Order: sequence, then C-alpha cells, then structure tokens
Amino acid sequence: MIRDLSYIDVLYLIAAMRWTLALTAIAFLGGGLVGIVVALLRTANWAPLRWLGAIYVHGVQGTPLLAWLFVFFFGLSIVGITVSPWLAAAAAYSIYAGAFLGEIWRGCLQAIARTQWEAGASLGLSTAQQLRYVIVPQAVRIAIPPTVGFLVQLIKNTSLAAVIGFVELTREGQLTTATTFRPFTVYLIVAALYFALCFPLTRWSRRLEGRLHVAR
Amino acid sequence: MSLVELSNVVKRFGALTVLDEASLSVEQGEIVAIIGRSGSGKSTLLRCVNGLEAIQSGRIVVDGTVVNEPGTDLRALRQRVGIVFQSFNLFPHLSVERNITLAPRVVKHMPASDARALALAVLRKVGLEEKIDAWPDQLSGGQQQRVAIARSLAMSPHLMLFDEITSALDPELVGEVLKVLEEMAREGMTMMLVTHEMGFARRVAHRVVFMHKGKVWEQGRAAETLAKPNTPELETFLASVLH
Ligand SMILES: Nc1ncnc2c1ncn2[C@@H]1O[C@H](COP(=O)(O)OP(=O)(O)O)[C@@H](O)[C@H]1O
Ligand SMILES: [Mg+2]
Repeated sequence: MIRDLSYIDVLYLIAAMRWTLALTAIAFLGGGLVGIVVALLRTANWAPLRWLGAIYVHGVQGTPLLAWLFVFFFGLSIVGITVSPWLAAAAAYSIYAGAFLGEIWRGCLQAIARTQWEAGASLGLSTAQQLRYVIVPQAVRIAIPPTVGFLVQLIKNTSLAAVIGFVELTREGQLTTATTFRPFTVYLIVAALYFALCFPLTRWSRRLEGRLHVAR
Repeated sequence: MSLVELSNVVKRFGALTVLDEASLSVEQGEIVAIIGRSGSGKSTLLRCVNGLEAIQSGRIVVDGTVVNEPGTDLRALRQRVGIVFQSFNLFPHLSVERNITLAPRVVKHMPASDARALALAVLRKVGLEEKIDAWPDQLSGGQQQRVAIARSLAMSPHLMLFDEITSALDPELVGEVLKVLEEMAREGMTMMLVTHEMGFARRVAHRVVFMHKGKVWEQGRAAETLAKPNTPELETFLASVLH
C-alpha cells in the first residue's frame, strides 16, 4: 500500500533519533571504559601487557562491526544463550569503540614527552600520580578533536544495529521509503537529522579545545 | 659515611657501555662539578643517582639508601634528591605555583594554604616571587629554569643534581641561574652538577670530576685540577673547551 509522505512521517523519523542517540551513548560509554584499559595496556611498561593490548586492537580493527553484532545476537542464541538486542548492541559497540578510542588515547598519551614523566618521577610521584596530574591533563587537550571525530563516526555507525532489530534513524527511513516510495525526500530528511546531531558536536569540540588552551 | 657513594657502577644501553666501573663519592655539603666530553656518561651518572636509570652492576648508596636493589623505595629517595634538567621540564599545563606545589601536596599531603606559602618561600630564593601566578610559557628560559630549581627545593632535598642546566639558555640568561646556584652553595646544599661553565666550576665547586669513556678519569680540588691536570685526556679536554 503506497501512501503519501506526510509530516507525521517526519515526526516518526525524529522520534527514531532517540534510538540512534541511545545506541551512541551506550557505545561511547562502554567503548570509553574499554578504551581507557586498552590505552593503559598499550602504554604499559611490561611488554606482555602491551602485546595483549595490540592483539585486541588489531583483532577488533581487522573485523567488521557487523560481525560483532551478529556474533553477540545470533551467534550466542545458536549456542542457547538468549541475549536482548540491547545487551548484544552494548557488547558489540563497546568492543568496537574501545579498540578505536584506546588507539586514539594511546597516541595522545604517547604524544606527551617522556621528560614529563621523568620530571614527575623525580619529584617522588608514583606512576599513577604522574598519569593523573601530569600526563592525562595534557593528553586530554590533544585528545578532544580526534575523540569527537570518532564520536561522529559512531553516531553514523549506529545504523548497523538495524540488523539486530533496532529501528533507529536509518532503518526508520528505509521503512518510510517502503510505504511512500519517496526515497529522495526521505533520505534527505534522514541526512539532515544526522547532520543536526553531528555538526553541533564538531562545533562544540572546537570551542572546548579553544577554552582548554586558554586555561592551559 | 658519604652522602653519595658509587662503587664500580656499570651501565649499558644494549651493547653500548656508558658507565664502565665508575666510582665516586660525595660528602655532605660538598659541591662536585662533573665535566667531560659529550657522550662520556655524565648525564647517565646523575640519572643513576636518583634511580632514573637502572644499572647492570656495581653499587649506589645515596643518603643511606641502596639505590640499585629490587626492593628500594625510589619514590622515598627521590623526595630527598632533587634533579634539574637542561630542558627545564616544567609542567606546561600548571601555573608556577602549581608546578611547585604539586609534589608537596600530592606526595607529602601538604594543605593548600601551606603550599602557597611554601611556593612563595622557594620562589624568593630564586628571585621570582612575583611570578607565582604566571604560566611557564610566559617566562624566559632563565626564569623557567629558576622555577624548576624552586620546584625541586620545595621538597627540601638533601642533595641536588644539576644536568647542564644553563646549556639551553641564551648567554645573557646564564648568569641569573648561576647566581641561584651560588646562593644555594652558600647555604650548604650538597650538589652534583654537570657543567660546561669552567669559570663557575673553579669558583664554586669544591671538587672537579672529569669523566672519560664512562669512567671517573681524574678528580681533585677544583682550582688545582683545572689548572694542572694530571692526565693527557683532561688536558686535551680543557684545551678544547678553553680554546
Ligand atoms: N636512553 C638511552 N638509550 C640508548 N643510549 C643512550 C641513552 N641515554 C644515553 N645514551 C648514550 O649513552 C652515552 C652517554 O650519554 P650521556 O650520559 O647523556 O653523556 P653526556 O651527558 O656525558 O653527554 C651516549 O653515547 C648516549 O648516546
Ligand atoms: Mg648530558
């Protein structure tokens, strides 16, 4: 049954954004926690920890996110474990985002000169204190642009969750197109909505970066 | 017992032997100038004293602590041994006050109000009280280096290590930093300083140590040793730095 595109459809598209946002939030939080661990592993003094981090990062970066979604949702149900779509999405996105955020943050930690660690150590600070008071505050500043850049990618990649049943923005667009046959208009609206999410983030990152620079 | 005692210290970086059975002792209150060609192991020697570099063999005792033992609490040692580097290494994201008070607050749990007073006191010693609220990148090289010295002094060290602390400075800024060192010398601080300032070494140091090929090649009272070296290597070195 074909019907015309109405503003109700637009409202549905806007409503579908909440799943896009919720998936992004979960992925970013879960990925952030995993990412901190990965960054610390990758910069550890003890080589086996660094190898562990490297294996994780290369393993995840070398496999598609779609595969992780399938593994956690369909794969686990095949072996008899039922997982909710939310749990499957949280696990898959955390694993995926953790590898990328971990690499970004590792780079930022390593961009801080070794002499800064040494200056802290020479004053009697423990390794954890050197990280907390000397290294991380400087690394955070340079981490903001690439982190927000990845967050923007993440927002767009939440559309993949449609394969395990989420009706987020892109999927809602597909469904609307199927009933209205107005793909051009529908996807233009979908694109505009993604833009409305992503653009302010990029702007905000610029501002934050500027402010942190002034306040050192 | 000496404040610093290095016995037959061997330090290698891979196949490169940087310290080759180096032995040296420094008494309480003594000022020792360490000279020698670039690459002779001077920086490495200083860095071994506060445990920044691990050694392959030999023994290092500093202020009653054996530095090169597995169980040594290096953090406790480093609170008593200050080090100042050629490149200042101030924390760029912290104000002068926070640079100075970070370790007293975090390591010694000093309350914030006492910490500011401490920062003022050590800044007075280096003549920079008015810069307490400045940021490192607002200071000249000479001022940054004096803040770095003040930062070390805030931990009330028993021993200060200085690694070519005037080498990165414009010539006109060297004097203000050396003046701070002279003042510390007058107050009786024990110091080991790697320097190329021969005039300063002759004037202020009690003893000169010449390093060559990772060994303590020659040492003696500053003025005599610099005027009448015993080894041809030191003679050659002095001729090259004094033109
Ligand atoms: N971290 C390091 N890794 C490898 N080689 C090093 C390292 N630090 C110093 N060296 C080498 O050790 C030698 C002595 O260095 P250093 O102690 O800095 O000499 P100096 O301070 O007398 O110029 C040099 O050949 C230097 O290249
Ligand atoms: Mg050196």
